[in-house]
Amino acid sequence: MTAYVIRRIFMVFPVLLGASFLVFISLRLVPGDPAMAIAGELATPALIAQVRQDMGLDKPLATQYVIYLGKVLRGDLGRSIKSHLPVTQEILARLPNTILLACTSLALAALIGILLGIAAAVRPYSWIDGGSMTLALSGVSMPVFWLGLMLMILFAVLLPRWFGLERSIFPPTGSGTWKHLVLPTVTLAANSMAILARMTRTTMLEVLRQDYVRTGRAKGLAERTVIWRHALRNALIPVVTIMGLQFGILLSGAVLTETVFAWPGIGRLLVDAISYRDYPVVQGVILFIAVGFTFVNLVVDIFYAYLDPRIHYA
Amino acid sequence: MVGLVIVGIFIAVGILAPWLAPYDHDAADFAKARQGPSAAHWLGNDEIGRDMLSRLIFGARLSLLVGLIPVSIGLAVGVPMGLLAGYFGGRLDMVIMRLIDIMLAFPGILLAIMLAAFLGPGLTNLMIAVGITSIPVYTRLVRGSTLSVKQEQYVEAARAVGVAHFRLIRLYIFPNVLAPIVVQSSLQIASAILSAAALGFLGLGVPPNLAEWGTMLQKGRTYIFSAIHIVTFPGLAIALTVLGFNLLGDGLRDALDPRLRVA
Repeated sequence: MTAYVIRRIFMVFPVLLGASFLVFISLRLVPGDPAMAIAGELATPALIAQVRQDMGLDKPLATQYVIYLGKVLRGDLGRSIKSHLPVTQEILARLPNTILLACTSLALAALIGILLGIAAAVRPYSWIDGGSMTLALSGVSMPVFWLGLMLMILFAVLLPRWFGLERSIFPPTGSGTWKHLVLPTVTLAANSMAILARMTRTTMLEVLRQDYVRTGRAKGLAERTVIWRHALRNALIPVVTIMGLQFGILLSGAVLTETVFAWPGIGRLLVDAISYRDYPVVQGVILFIAVGFTFVNLVVDIFYAYLDPRIHYA
Repeated sequence: MVGLVIVGIFIAVGILAPWLAPYDHDAADFAKARQGPSAAHWLGNDEIGRDMLSRLIFGARLSLLVGLIPVSIGLAVGVPMGLLAGYFGGRLDMVIMRLIDIMLAFPGILLAIMLAAFLGPGLTNLMIAVGITSIPVYTRLVRGSTLSVKQEQYVEAARAVGVAHFRLIRLYIFPNVLAPIVVQSSLQIASAILSAAALGFLGLGVPPNLAEWGTMLQKGRTYIFSAIHIVTFPGLAIALTVLGFNLLGDGLRDALDPRLRVA
């Protein structure tokens, strides 16, 4: 187990190096002078020259990357063109909001997704199965941002109109109270819920065909005990892995959800930065999410190996 | 079957757009701006009075393009990489798979957002950005299938009689890894349409005058509380089309892998 964990941890380094290089090189995709892209279109020639010197843009590409990497390792992701604040500070100020939204969404997705998956697997090909899987397929197919807009219309326009309410039960934009969290959470959870429901159904169906489940039934255990205590525990192992991966995907899905609901997280910071051409912030947020996602994957893999001993013997 | 019908209708609408659209999809009529559905304009008019139905019909054509071209990019690059990694193994496999791991470090549509943000908006850049993100999916899938196919006896027999590596990959391995590629392509088109719409919604897609469904949603968002139809119909079109390709992918998988029919 220890050897597997160490090997897995070492595999992270080339990925992080590569990801940081991709983010670093992405600025070179911008047509024109990278120094001007960083300094902003309204920057004076003196400022552009200063940026060029600071970033070592007159040096070979490999040297530039080493300089960039050195700064990143010290937590220096540059300064925002718009606010002039350090990018790290901008990210950390908004990170709790994104983590809160991702956590509530994952909790909701897991609760509903796993329940739907179990309901579908216990009665395969019944109307419950058909209904659950149709709901799941719709969740996978629906654009997250459109679902968000539809919920906004429902709660802010239609429901108040139908029931003569003065305002929406759940505010369609902003943050501050638990009520602000409801619509973004449902929106962000939809896709993951669908994936978890489909996954739980498949693994439950496989587990329910195993010999030990048949033995459990044969010795007269109640169906509820067979499903909840014997089958579900084993069926959930791969589902837990998918949940871990979903957390990372929720971080990137938050980009769209936060934009729809004006939720002040790092996703919205990224979109605002893109429209302002605030490239240091764009690079910083993307690198931050990629690093976060890589570490979440690492933890999930180690956790999975702990749950399923076959992994580290393979 | 349902998936096939939806996809068939979508492709037909895309191809026949100029004949099916009741109005010129670019003709603005400010007097009719944001008007809801009516007998003359079944799905209403957009923020500058253009006919929504005509724009949605032409949008199908663009969505067909942003579904097919990126998937072709993914196929053209991802499949050979997967074949080479799976067949030759060793260092080549390690290098290719580490490259893929690096791309997969950017979850969801983050890589596409990054590429589109730096390349700048535009149809070509959008398709490149979405296309690059579909490469890892194919490489991993094809590598896995190649690893199992290359153990088969007919491959070993071909190798034993001296068939050259690339000929062997082309004639013996590739045809046998085709089935999962076909299934994945249907799901991947769905994913590409969703990603392109998402980039359009973020303002990183096609120019605003083009009738792309995600961009139409972005433009209509401003009027979400006064003209519901402007954001409802493009989203519905995206969801239906994506659902069609997902259903088709599921159906193809069941048809090509009989083991799954029992599950």
